[in-house]
Amino acid sequence: MLHLGLFFTGVGPQLIWTAPDFADHTHIDTFVATAKTLERGLFDAFFLGEGLRVRENRGRVYDLDVAGRPDAITQLAALAAETTHLGLVATQNTTYNFPADLARRLASLDVVSGGRAGWNIVTTDNAWTGENFRHGGWLEHSRRYERADAFVTAARALWAGSRYAKHDDLIDIDAPPTVAARPVLFQAGDSPGGRDLAARHADVVFSANTDYDKAAAYATDLRARLAGYGRSPDAVRILPGAMVVLGDTPAEAAEKAEWIQREQTTGPRAIAFLEQYWGKDLSGYDPDGPLPDIEPAEGELDPSRGTIPIEFRTGKLERIASWRALGLSIRETVIQVTPRHNAFVGTPGQIADEWTRYHDDHVVDGFNILPQQLPGTIEDIVDKLVPELQERGLYRTAYTGTTLREHLELP
Amino acid sequence: MIHVALELGSLDIEDAEKAGFAFVTIANDGPIEAGVRAAYLSRRTSTIGLAPELHVTVTEPFHLATQLASLDHASLGRAGWVVGAVNTPSAYAAVGGTPLAGDDLRREIEDVIDVARLLWHSWEDDAVIRDVGSGRFLDADRVHHVNFTGARFSVVGPLITPRPPQGQIVVIGADTLGVTGRLDVALIDAPTHDELVERSAQARADGARLIFAEVEVDDPAPVRARLDRLEGIVDGVRLHLTGATPGLAPVIDALGPRPPAGSTLRETLGLPQGG
Repeated sequence: MLHLGLFFTGVGPQLIWTAPDFADHTHIDTFVATAKTLERGLFDAFFLGEGLRVRENRGRVYDLDVAGRPDAITQLAALAAETTHLGLVATQNTTYNFPADLARRLASLDVVSGGRAGWNIVTTDNAWTGENFRHGGWLEHSRRYERADAFVTAARALWAGSRYAKHDDLIDIDAPPTVAARPVLFQAGDSPGGRDLAARHADVVFSANTDYDKAAAYATDLRARLAGYGRSPDAVRILPGAMVVLGDTPAEAAEKAEWIQREQTTGPRAIAFLEQYWGKDLSGYDPDGPLPDIEPAEGELDPSRGTIPIEFRTGKLERIASWRALGLSIRETVIQVTPRHNAFVGTPGQIADEWTRYHDDHVVDGFNILPQQLPGTIEDIVDKLVPELQERGLYRTAYTGTTLREHLELP
Repeated sequence: MIHVALELGSLDIEDAEKAGFAFVTIANDGPIEAGVRAAYLSRRTSTIGLAPELHVTVTEPFHLATQLASLDHASLGRAGWVVGAVNTPSAYAAVGGTPLAGDDLRREIEDVIDVARLLWHSWEDDAVIRDVGSGRFLDADRVHHVNFTGARFSVVGPLITPRPPQGQIVVIGADTLGVTGRLDVALIDAPTHDELVERSAQARADGARLIFAEVEVDDPAPVRARLDRLEGIVDGVRLHLTGATPGLAPVIDALGPRPPAGSTLRETLGLPQGG
């Protein structure tokens, strides 16, 4: 069976806010309506993203994308009262939280929701985010997963009913157990450290490996790592992030995908993207003209946009040289080079067929969908794609359990 | 008529709402973390205020401000905050630290209240402009860094959460915290009527906007007379039902009908909108 989640990031260029029917993405009513639609569509889970500093561009709050989001656990606790089955997954980071505090809040969410809580474990390495916290920037990048491992180990002990104490340079805790709870653990990091954390602790991986070949390679790698920790190859559900663009005909879907891509990469956004790399004001350049002819500022990228994969943060001069070699306009260049999750584009039947292949080859256990339109993407998937999946026997026709673990067929 | 609030304990929120309490407070000593419980209850209610106790000492101020702003969004403007300041070795051991001495503790409480208030105002009301022509979702000039530096921490901001519906969450705390001038509601737990009168006058002089007396209820019958006697001295009471009280129903009967709630907790309490 395929499992579906919806990943509500709440920030970034992905969500198109210019559409006239755009639902206010920070209003509680939008979250409630979304959760109810997902429950109607028998989704496994509703994921909320997290980022602990508002994104910036060259020292100013970045103004081109949607921004603003609630505290994930608070919001999901509210949604727990509005839903009965939907899994509620909070992205929470291990660098800028106290383990005892976060473990208690997650356990509380699990209890008020009747066993529907999940925790998407993320790390934040940058000191720029740390400027909002007591211990800002204390953790070096290379040790972020060591801290995450120590943190998750502590949380699991507290949930299982033990007092937990440990004092070293990564963790300082002596805390009583929380209320008994067992939130489902999600892990999204794709670095070797992230994959190892997943193999050791995770119930679900929310990977970025969506293309078939990458997904297959990822599944093989993860299963080998699981064996290394003495876990069954089926102990972890693999749900890569995916965008879905549906049309009544293949041509209509392709046209919509093209529109979405151009909406997501407007001229001002393309300029702002390049400003991250140039480190200079490029507002005088024409997005439909060639790349800036001036040289970029010294130094590597600053992390203040919050979205740049680690491999993009160094080697910028080589990267810029390779972009120049493309010979495209600024906007076309940015469309071409922006890292993004794979989009499935087609009719509901086409996408259901494609997902059947992923499923039958045991390459994924489902997908975690990143919406571009609110509420359009979600309603389309629930009303058009879900019935196609059900017809193929790939998707539940009713919830058979009430907890997130039961939905995911996890022990 | 004076306001009546209730420490919720294990009582039923829907009964409390029907009875017309202005708000409930939720102590952070139960199995369920108070902020999570308040958020859950926010969608089981529509008019009553919800004020979880969150401790300034053993949390991240940025998370605390975000959680309370989010509670205000989820409840459409009914969030309050009971300022907790647990200062025991065991509470600190959980997060790695040691208790603070008197003046340091008071300064820490001040700093966390101050930074929370700054963060709640870090997004202006009209920061989201959705200007399709220029491609700007936000007006960057209306979302501000707070650049707060306290004695023991600093926060750059802005909050990740847009301005809460009330603008400012209702800040509630004991007059003994030493930060009365920063409180919307000062709670006074006085052993005698005379001391209550004296401390109430002091709290008003110190700048508290509203004064609430802490009232323990073990026999519901005299509650009404007790409240009548407090009229003119305090603005409200917070009731704590003791184990001897036979549930909420007789207390509600004794109180009689309550005034209707406003559309936000600030409005219910007659506090200026937006703080």
